[in-house]
Amino acid sequence: MAKSIDVSDLNIYYGDFLAVEGVNMTIRAKAVTAFIGPSGCGKSTFLRTLNRMHEVIPGARVEGKVVVSGQSLYDSSVDPVAVRRQIGMVFQRPNPFPTMSIYDNVIAGSKLNSKRLKKADADAIVEKSLRGANLWTEVKDRLSKPGMGLSGGQQQRLCIARAIAVEPDVLLMDEPCSALDPISTAAIEDLIQELKSEYTIVIVTHNMQQAARVSDDTGFFNLKATGEPGHLVEFNPTTKMFTNPDEESTEAYISGRFG
Amino acid sequence: MPRNKPVTSVGDTVFAGVARTAALAIMLALAGVFVFLFIEGFPGLSAPTDVYRPAEDFLSYVGPLVFGTIWAALVALIIAVPFAIGIALFISHYAPARLAVPIAYVIDLLAAVPSVVYGLWGGLALAQALKPVLVWLDTHLGFIPLFVGPASVTGRTMLTAAIVLAIMIVPIVTAISREIFAQTPRLHEEAAMALGATRWEMIRLAVFPYARSGVISAVMLGLGRALGETMAVAMVLSATQVVTLNLISDTNPATIASNIASNYKEASPDRQAVLIATGLVLFAVTFAVNFAARMVIARGERKIAR
Repeated sequence: MAKSIDVSDLNIYYGDFLAVEGVNMTIRAKAVTAFIGPSGCGKSTFLRTLNRMHEVIPGARVEGKVVVSGQSLYDSSVDPVAVRRQIGMVFQRPNPFPTMSIYDNVIAGSKLNSKRLKKADADAIVEKSLRGANLWTEVKDRLSKPGMGLSGGQQQRLCIARAIAVEPDVLLMDEPCSALDPISTAAIEDLIQELKSEYTIVIVTHNMQQAARVSDDTGFFNLKATGEPGHLVEFNPTTKMFTNPDEESTEAYISGRFG
Repeated sequence: MPRNKPVTSVGDTVFAGVARTAALAIMLALAGVFVFLFIEGFPGLSAPTDVYRPAEDFLSYVGPLVFGTIWAALVALIIAVPFAIGIALFISHYAPARLAVPIAYVIDLLAAVPSVVYGLWGGLALAQALKPVLVWLDTHLGFIPLFVGPASVTGRTMLTAAIVLAIMIVPIVTAISREIFAQTPRLHEEAAMALGATRWEMIRLAVFPYARSGVISAVMLGLGRALGETMAVAMVLSATQVVTLNLISDTNPATIASNIASNYKEASPDRQAVLIATGLVLFAVTFAVNFAARMVIARGERKIAR
């Protein structure tokens, strides 16, 4: 089930270094939320705190709250592994498991979650996920071939299929199209539009047109100054953001006057 | 018009020459060793029967030695590899940096200890310490052919030798495996973590598949060292001419290398030729094992690349 995310007063640290400061936002369920901003402003870092992937880096920690449908992710009783099972993630560069077939890649997460998986159930999950990622017709005849044999765009859709195979509540995407050509990018963007009927989607992008095309809400991150922590400048519906933003610096960034 | 020679710098030419010479030298050395073993050992292949005492001819003389060599190395590997991979994983993926660095350092130091020292320690300390263990194995696991009694009273058994060998090959297998584990692409590790893999599941999904062929190479290097190890085995093992899987008894097969080391000085020229011929066999065995291992690795990689 798609869920909404409430973030309040979130500070993100690497050791003593405050990377992102004071983020407040509500990410709506079954909608696409995009984060834009210049490089190094902390938008990817923030995205990674939403499924606790942030803390795989030694010394990384957060203060503040991230609440997904009433459950605080950073409660001491919450297992980060369980969080990541509910909040899937797609990365900047396609990263299918190199030694696995297409089939095994899709089923990898489900195998972790339930050790005993009937062949028929596994087949059903693979087909459903690949269809969900608009990849089924392209690969259905070569499921046993390695995932690395696909094109970059297909690999990225394979990674999306792998992420949705475990039926997460939320799907995080960290610049999912930055390593892809325009046609593959268009395929992923179409896919995002379809996925939002079932999932809450959060996407980081460097491409403002992409944010304008795919998202319902947009957050603009920026640095106050070099060396200062990143922060959320503005968070608004995408249409408002791209026509009549509240902040002058948002307007400046979107119209290309800096960044 | 004559064709111009491609432009090359002097430094480049010199370095290429040095590198080529070094590469040729190692090939020559290897060929030289083989030729020496062959010429010196050839008479040993068909010497008068009494030279092979207690055996009758060369094959029956070298047979138990070949068996002992491979058996000792194999048992050592079985003991060492799980340890080495465990240590390597601990250093690369579990331990905090302030623990991982000193542990890695100590492991590397272990590799620098001369084998005579391991031999002394194994023959005196470890053999003593293992005696009750051997008795226990005999009483409780005696039904397994590996542990048929009576247990050795000196403790100088195949098991003792294999443990010493295992300790000697752990560092090399650990060092290489650790290096490869640590090189696992972050992207693959994060792919596994983002699916909700625990640390161990992440290692199984991302680290092991990536490191597989490298770890096999590391194990083969360890196996090579175990096959050729001389002093430690010669000092630990009380050897006779037998073929037995028994790990805990007083009658053990010698290994080729340890047999040469213990007998060469006092041997007659005839006998020396026989020993050199066994050296030739060891050369061949090591070659065959390495070759087989490479075939296994190559096949595994083709399967992945398919």
